[in-house]
Amino acid sequence: MPLLENGHHVADRWTALPDAEPVPDDGPVLVSLDRLKAEADTLWTRSAPIGVRLPNDVPVSALVAAVGGALDRLSLIVLSFPAFKDGRAYTQARQLRDTHGYQGSLRATGDVLRDQLYFMARCGIDAVEIDSTDPEGDWQASVTTFGAVYQPASDDRTPISVQRLAALGRKGVAA
Amino acid sequence: MYQYDAHDQALVDQRVSEFRDQVSRRLSGALTEDQFKPLRLMNGLYLQLHAYMLRVAIPYGTLSSHQMRVLAHIARRYDRGYGHFTTRQNIQYNWIKLADAPDILADLAAEQMHAIQTSGNCIRNVTSDPWAGVAADEIEDPRIAAEILRQWSTFHPEFSFLPRKFKIAITGAPTDRAAVKVHDIGLRMHRDERGAVGYEVIVGGGLGRTPIIGKTLRPFLPKEHLLSYLEAIMRVYNTHGRRDNMYKARIKILVEALGIDEFRRQVEAEWEPLRDGALRLPPETYAAITERFAPPLYEQRTGSVATLVRDPETDPALARWVQANVAPHKVPGYGIVNISLKGTGQIPGDATASQMELVAKMADLYSLGEIRVTHEQNLVLPHVRLSDLPALWRTLDAGDLATPNVGLISDIIACPGLDYCSLANARSIPLAQALSERFSDMTRAQAIGPLHINISGCINACAHHHVGHIGVLGVDRKGEELYQITLGGRSDEAAALGRIVGPAVPAHQAIEMIAGFVDTYLAIRHPGELFIDTVERLGTAPFKETLHAAA
Repeated sequence: MPLLENGHHVADRWTALPDAEPVPDDGPVLVSLDRLKAEADTLWTRSAPIGVRLPNDVPVSALVAAVGGALDRLSLIVLSFPAFKDGRAYTQARQLRDTHGYQGSLRATGDVLRDQLYFMARCGIDAVEIDSTDPEGDWQASVTTFGAVYQPASDDRTPISVQRLAALGRKGVAA
Repeated sequence: MYQYDAHDQALVDQRVSEFRDQVSRRLSGALTEDQFKPLRLMNGLYLQLHAYMLRVAIPYGTLSSHQMRVLAHIARRYDRGYGHFTTRQNIQYNWIKLADAPDILADLAAEQMHAIQTSGNCIRNVTSDPWAGVAADEIEDPRIAAEILRQWSTFHPEFSFLPRKFKIAITGAPTDRAAVKVHDIGLRMHRDERGAVGYEVIVGGGLGRTPIIGKTLRPFLPKEHLLSYLEAIMRVYNTHGRRDNMYKARIKILVEALGIDEFRRQVEAEWEPLRDGALRLPPETYAAITERFAPPLYEQRTGSVATLVRDPETDPALARWVQANVAPHKVPGYGIVNISLKGTGQIPGDATASQMELVAKMADLYSLGEIRVTHEQNLVLPHVRLSDLPALWRTLDAGDLATPNVGLISDIIACPGLDYCSLANARSIPLAQALSERFSDMTRAQAIGPLHINISGCINACAHHHVGHIGVLGVDRKGEELYQITLGGRSDEAAALGRIVGPAVPAHQAIEMIAGFVDTYLAIRHPGELFIDTVERLGTAPFKETLHAAA
């Protein structure tokens, strides 16, 4: 499945590791949350990046606890959209970015459709696995659908309300 | 009323382009119906029994005469010459072709309208008091906050794929004309002990198959925290609302399952990091939105509706209409004119293109160009000079729009029912029509006084039958359409669910039962006592006796 990072079609450098397989010494590996909890001591001794799969019914607080409050030890968190209608991971993304200040990559997997990319990008998701013949075109088309936004989210777009106040020469709300 | 700026206009225009592209991908087969469905639903397009149904948003029920003319144009050009005003202050068209939908949205956008989020599992059109801004008992105009909520919820990236649809209502007056206690979130404006204005936040109300009166989540929320607090509520709901069973997916089920105290604890925990962040609403933001609601320019006048009714010079038919349909306005010399879409034998809430154009013309002549849609499926001209009432009444009467029955027994709320809707079990419209014929004597209707009958064609309760003074629910028993009657429901500040009286019966018997209940009420009421108050005082027992007497 094509992988987009920040809108660019790239090769996946991550090794998605089934729980039964041994952890290789080198290279970025993606593990389950259970394995991260169980093998934390050995996993953190590796020098290569660690990523984790976060199911959409697990609270973000459980992941934060599993890494001892240090989300910056993770380079990738993979979110799950089992069906496009199931929007729980949008909230997980915003909690990770806004509440916990996670800076690494957030990747959407599962039933990812072109028309959702706009919402995902605004929630701080920077990478997606999408079944498409033109993934870069899809990303570009979706994230540029709307020229402005009404509400603050986990991206750096300035909401219309703030633009209006600035235009009126008043103090903005997002100080 | 609210005027779009360049930002608002650009967003609805871009939405039209996006949907045009989505429709073309559907028509070419690039999108499956399954993939297209959530996209069309977020643009108000349903697939019904006979055709596509398009629901157009009328934010908090306010529209201009120009916008009403666009609604008439859509009815003529793309539908069969009429539209249906809904209990959520929107309008629906029942005979739409998919290929026309993008053009319709473009016509709407040209007059600052849209169908954004009128369906789908997202935050829907925010509803409010149809008399907002003009009601004599109002604290502040709730449409300012309603517009702020509209903008915040529009294309909200986190809350566009919720467990289920989400409805917010707001009232700015102590008399609740927005039914805030039966919404997912209800906001009731009031003042704290220091006189500051804020909101009681009510959560988990709703009707449908599990009717519940909402509970107070927070007695007083300062205005500046409105968005951050609602974002916290939505976040808890999006995370924990059930997704395994669509009939248990509304927030009311989550609130019941957790208990209001635990739900509150979770909301407060989510709110803590949000409350002083980018969602905070300083007075300047309220002021900036208020500015876009150009205030109506009233003249210095005197007089009240009551004086006009008592004046012996007033034509009795006009006086009767004024008494039933015209409400006191906050400005002296003006009245709030309610236009009944419940003429005898008429389909509740339906209006023809010609009627819409007539109302638009009357709004231009007599109501500063403004119109409202009520959740009772009527229309309102909110700023009418009392001296203009006779001329307005004569013109409306000529257009079959002066039925003097607003709030009375024949002002029936009904859903489209089995005549149109793929969910319905029974027809609502023919029963509503028959009841309006039965109670067509307006003198008697006024003697009976305020009485709401609500008829839903299935348990999804689009006509809010649980909160009708007399509620009627259509059910299907082995292919027969039967009607279950409830008494004592109400959706105002004393909101309560009706109680079932008697077995479900065929339509003709339901009509006799309701007529019997009315006779009983007239026989046992205290002088001046409303129907709902008699039911509250005595319970359903005296009415059940009527049933036994009739059996």
